[in-house]
Amino acid sequence: MSYIRIDNLTKIYLGRRSKPRSLHDPAEHSGDNVLVLNNISMSFEEGEMVCILGPSGCGKSTLLRIIAGFENPSYGSIWVGDKPVIGPSDQSIFVFQHSGLFPWMTVAQNVGLGLRHMEDIEAKNEKIKEYIEIVELDGFEDYYPHQLSGGMQRRAELARAIAVNPDLLIMDEPFSGLDFLTHMKMREEVVNMHEFIRKTTLVVTHDIDDALIMGNRIVVFSGRPAALKMIHKLDFPRPRDFERDHGLSRLRSEIFLMLGVPYAV
Amino acid sequence: MLELIGNGTLLRHTVASLFRVTAGFYLAVLLGVPLGILLGRISMLWAFLNPVIQFLRPISPLAWIPLAMLWFGIGDPPAIFLIFLASFFPMVVSTTIAVHNINPIYFQVAANFNFSRKEIIARLIFPAIIPEVVTALRLTVTIAWLVVVAAEMIAVRSGLGYLILDARNALRMDYVMDGMIVIGLIGLVLDHIMKRLGNIESAQWGAKVR
Repeated sequence: MSYIRIDNLTKIYLGRRSKPRSLHDPAEHSGDNVLVLNNISMSFEEGEMVCILGPSGCGKSTLLRIIAGFENPSYGSIWVGDKPVIGPSDQSIFVFQHSGLFPWMTVAQNVGLGLRHMEDIEAKNEKIKEYIEIVELDGFEDYYPHQLSGGMQRRAELARAIAVNPDLLIMDEPFSGLDFLTHMKMREEVVNMHEFIRKTTLVVTHDIDDALIMGNRIVVFSGRPAALKMIHKLDFPRPRDFERDHGLSRLRSEIFLMLGVPYAV
Repeated sequence: MLELIGNGTLLRHTVASLFRVTAGFYLAVLLGVPLGILLGRISMLWAFLNPVIQFLRPISPLAWIPLAMLWFGIGDPPAIFLIFLASFFPMVVSTTIAVHNINPIYFQVAANFNFSRKEIIARLIFPAIIPEVVTALRLTVTIAWLVVVAAEMIAVRSGLGYLILDARNALRMDYVMDGMIVIGLIGLVLDHIMKRLGNIESAQWGAKVR
């Protein structure tokens, strides 16, 4: 039973000379088009945290943007639940790499963005408070994003995303630009949050350790055009530790090998 | 100077000038900001109107005096029109640039949270451009005030510009100086008011982010 289904997804960015010159000249070969995603099919189960790995520029982010509905696939289709993705909606919330918080709204106003149609103001405020507590930002409700640290901004955006109760949570490099300690702390919090709300989550990362520690499933892509190299279910027990769990560290060196980067220097 | 203050002449002329500046400036803001938002969002419209705006912009308001009198006769309307003209184009262009400067991520967030078209304007574009628009207001009000003197040298019988022109014709250089000093002082006050406008909370986020 698959919850998210990606069928034969292909994405081509059309260059300037993009018109096919004849009927037998397929779009992919004409002009200076760029093939970003090449015929990708895969499916994920409900409630999974899927970590997507791949070399930089391979099209991971494009894949996420298509799943979120920000871009259209050239060929193929995407299904979330039993609905095809036809455009952005609050059923799949995208958490941006650099803050997507509205800087002119306070934390509480940002978190309340997806709840703005609730008529019962009191229930709405209660809910906002609840989600702010989940990400441990209580006391910062009335702060503006620029008054928060980088890690706190990510947490606020996370709260805003889960407050809508979306079917799907999409994170593009959620820890990029954070210092090492904040990164580790955030990673723990995202895992805890996921254990708590059990929302289907897609995370794009270039950090192999993050993917192995966080994911219920790991997807590895080749360089551009992105093609599936590996899709693997991770059922290592938590807390996960590379030192104690040899299966985990074996898998890590396998992925290093697969991506063609030296593991031990 | 004391004589002018004493008989109320100075106050009367100052109020007349301030009225014209206020009317012309408000008109420019009320029309210019919405047009700027429209131009910022619809690139086709911008492509069509930008050349027209850039064509009209360098034409000094003074060059418009004959046409202004032809269209609006004499009295307040032509003067207000000239002030409007001088402040309208800067407001349109600054607003359009402010809209273009909005981080595209925010529009994606808005789409993600199912914003309606009205909400995109009221909850995204408007608050996003406020800091830049306030800065534009501050610069433009100075331009409007600059133009009032020139505007009042045509076909009106009041205002600080008329005072200066009249004093010159009567060879009263001291009155000319008085008029100039009052213009400068009011400019100072206007700038201060606009600066205070930048301190309101909704304009504050921009000061720290950028």
